[in-house]
Amino acid sequence: MTVAASAVDLARIQFATTTLYHFLFVPLTLGLGPIVAVFQTVWHRTGNEAWLRLTKFFGTLFLINFAIGVATGLVQEFQFGMNWSVYSEFVGDVFGAPLAIEGLAAFFLESTFLGLWIFGWNRLSPRIHLATLWIAVAGTWLSAYFILVANSWMQRPVGYQLNDGRAELTSVWELLSNRFAIWALAHTILAGLTIGAVVVFGVACWNLVRGQDPAIFRRAAKVSLIVLVPVSALNLWVGSHFGIYTTEYQPMKIAATEAQWTTCQPCAFSLFQIGGFTENDQTPAFSIQIPRLLSFLATDSFSGEVEGIDAVQQQYAQRYGAGDYIPPVRTVYWAMRTMAYLGTLVFLVAALGAFLYWRGRLERTRWFLWTAVATIPLPFVAALAGWVLTEVGRQPWIVQGLLRTSEANSPSVSETMIIGSLATIAVLYAALIVLDVWLMRRYARFEPEPRAETEDLPEPVLGF
Amino acid sequence: MDLQLFWFLLIAFLWAGYFVLEGFDFGVGMLLPFVGRNQRERGTLLETIGPVWDGNEVWLIVAAGATFAAFPAWYATMFSGFYVALLLIVVLLIVRVVSFEWREKSETPGWQAAWFGANVVASYGAPFLWGVALATLLSGVPLNSDGDFAGSFGDLFSLYSVFAGLVTVLLFAFHGATFLTLRTQGELHERAVRAARLLCVAAAAAGASFLLATVAVAVDRNDKDVFPPILPAALGIAALVLAVVFVAGRRTAWAFAMTAFGIILTVATLFTSLYPRVLVSTPGFENSLTIEGASSSHYALAVMTVAALILAPVVLLYEGWTYYVFRVRLGGEEVASPVDLVARQSGT
Repeated sequence: MTVAASAVDLARIQFATTTLYHFLFVPLTLGLGPIVAVFQTVWHRTGNEAWLRLTKFFGTLFLINFAIGVATGLVQEFQFGMNWSVYSEFVGDVFGAPLAIEGLAAFFLESTFLGLWIFGWNRLSPRIHLATLWIAVAGTWLSAYFILVANSWMQRPVGYQLNDGRAELTSVWELLSNRFAIWALAHTILAGLTIGAVVVFGVACWNLVRGQDPAIFRRAAKVSLIVLVPVSALNLWVGSHFGIYTTEYQPMKIAATEAQWTTCQPCAFSLFQIGGFTENDQTPAFSIQIPRLLSFLATDSFSGEVEGIDAVQQQYAQRYGAGDYIPPVRTVYWAMRTMAYLGTLVFLVAALGAFLYWRGRLERTRWFLWTAVATIPLPFVAALAGWVLTEVGRQPWIVQGLLRTSEANSPSVSETMIIGSLATIAVLYAALIVLDVWLMRRYARFEPEPRAETEDLPEPVLGF
Repeated sequence: MDLQLFWFLLIAFLWAGYFVLEGFDFGVGMLLPFVGRNQRERGTLLETIGPVWDGNEVWLIVAAGATFAAFPAWYATMFSGFYVALLLIVVLLIVRVVSFEWREKSETPGWQAAWFGANVVASYGAPFLWGVALATLLSGVPLNSDGDFAGSFGDLFSLYSVFAGLVTVLLFAFHGATFLTLRTQGELHERAVRAARLLCVAAAAAGASFLLATVAVAVDRNDKDVFPPILPAALGIAALVLAVVFVAGRRTAWAFAMTAFGIILTVATLFTSLYPRVLVSTPGFENSLTIEGASSSHYALAVMTVAALILAPVVLLYEGWTYYVFRVRLGGEEVASPVDLVARQSGT
C-alpha cells in the first residue's frame, strides 16, 4: 500500500461496516414485530385461520432476521472497548448507563419473551402466548430508545460535567429526555415500521402476482398499506422537523449537508448539483434549486437564516482552537438526498398501492405488483443513508464539541489487528447476508399451508 | 455498602449467572456429537435449551454493559487489550446464535449437519477463550502507567490462563451433562447420565486444582492473603465433590445444583482473588487497575443502582417462569416436541 490507512481510519471503516450491517436487521425487527403481532391479535379476536397463517408466515421471516440482528449486536457492544478505548473511558460514565439499562430492561425482555413465543404455541394459553409477542416487541422498541439516548448524547451532550478529562453524568433526567433522542426515536421507529410494512407489502404483492393464496395475501397487503401510507408520510415530516433541531445543535452538520458554504437568508434548497463540495470549489458547476425551501427545512420559516460552512468553521476555530471542523460535504449531501428521495418514493408507491387497493384493482395491476416487490430494498437504503448522514455529519467529532474521533481510538490496537478483524468480520458478514437473503427469499415464496393446531402433547413429566 | 463495591459484586454476579446459564448451553453443544446419535436426537438436545439460550446470552451482554457503565477504564483496557481473543469469541458466538435459529430452516443436504458442527465448535471455543480471558484479569498482563494495555496477544496465554480455559470447557461439559439428565427422558437420558459419570471425576479434579491454583496466583500476583479467597475456593471444591457423589448416586437434580454451585463459586473465587483490583498488571504491579481507579462517578453508579434494583428482580422472575413453562422432559419415545412450529409449517 502506498497510502497506509491510519488506525483511526480503519477503526472507522470497521465501525461503519458493522453498524450499517447491524442496522439492516434492526429496523426490520422493529417494524415487522408489531405487524406480526397485529396478525396474531386479529386471529385471536376473530378465530379466522387466515390470520394465523399470516402470523406464522411472516413470523418466520421475522425470526430469520431477528437471529442475525441479535448476533451482530454483540459486535456493536464489544467494539466500543475494542477499537475505541479512549472514547469508552471518556464517555463510560454517561454513555454506559443507557447501554447497561438497555440490557437489563430491554434485551432480557425481548430474548426471553421471543423464546416463549417461538416455543410456546402449545404450552401457553392463546392469550398469554399473544402477550409474549407484544412484550417482545415492546422490548425491541425499548431497546431502540436506550441506544438512541446513548447515540444522541454523542450528537448533543446533555446532563454531564467534565471532570479530570472524563464526562460525568450529572442529570439522568436530562440524558433520558434529550430532545435529540426523542426525535431520533420517533424517526427510527417510523423508519422501522416503514421497512416492516414495505417488506410485508412487497412479499404479499410477490405472492399475489404469482397467484399464490390471494385470499390471505390480500389481507397482508391491506394491513401493510394501512401502516405504510400514514407512517411513511409522517416520517417525512418528522425527518424534516428533526433537521430543524439538528440545525440548532449541530449547525455544521446541516450546512455541510446542504453544501451551503456561505451564510444565506433566505436559502434555496439544492435538489441536485455537480461540484461545489470542497472549500476550493464552493460554487456548483450545475445545480437545480428550489427557492426558500432550505430556510423552511432548517428553520421552519421560509425566510430563516442558515449559517454557512465557512461561518461555522470560523466560530469553531475560535471556540475549540485551530483545526478543520468540516465534515465530508459530498458524502453527507448525497446521504441526505438518498434518504429523503427514497423516503418520498416509498410514500408514493404506498399511496398508489392504497389507491389501487381501494379501487379493487391491486391484484390485476401486475406492473404495480412488481413495482412493490422492487420497492423492498429502498427503505433499507434510505435508513442506512440516514445513519451515514447522522454519523459522518458529526465529524470530526466523536462526541460533538467534546472529543475528536482522531483522538478516541485504542492506543494499544495496531493497524494490523484492525485489518485482521475487519477482514474476519467482512467475510463472516458477507456469508451471513448471502444465507439470510437466500432463506428470506425461500420463506417469502412458500405457500403458507394450514396446519392442525391440535398436536398430541405428552403429559408433562416434571424434571425436578 | 459503597456503590463501587456493589457494582464490582454485581458484575461478578452477572458473570456467574452467565457461566451457570450459558454454561449448560455450551455444555449441551459440546455433548451433541456424543449424546445425540443422529440428527433427530441432536435436534432434541438443542431443543432442551431452545427457548432459553438467547435469554442466557443476555447475561453476557449485561455483564459487559455494566462493566462499561460502572468501570469504564476496566472495560476500555480489557476489551482493547484482549482484542484478538474477544474478536474470536464474537465470531464464535455469532455463528452459534445463527446455528440455533437457522438450523431447521432448510432441508438442503449438509445444511443441518453444518450448523450442528458450527454449534459444537463454538460451544468448545467460546468457553475456552472466556476462561483464558477472565483468568488473565488475575494473572495479569502488562499495563503502562496510564492503565493502557502494553502487551501483545501472546500475553493472554500463560500456563494458568490456558489451564483456566480447559477447566472452563470441562466444567461446562459436566454441567451440560447434569442439565441434560434433568431435561431428557428415555435413551437420551441414559446417555446423559453416562456422560455425566464419565466427566464427573475429571471435571471435579480439574476444577478443584484450578480453584487452588487461583488462590496461589492471587497470593503471588495480586498481593492477597490466602484468606479470604480460600473460602469460596473450599466451598467450590466441596460442591464439585458433592456433584460427583450425587452423579454416582443418580441424584440428578442435586448433581445439577452442585455443578451450578461449583461454577458460581469458581467465579466467586476469581473475583474475591481480584478484589480490590479489576485487572492486574504484570509486570509493573503498581499500574494495576483498581475498583477505585476504574469506577464511574458516584451519581452515575447511584442511578444505575436504582435501575438495577428495580429491574433485576423482575428479570429473574420472568426468566424463572420461562424455565417453569418449558419444564417437560424431551426425547424418549416418539413425542411431539415443541419444535419451532413457525418453521415447520413452511418447511415441508
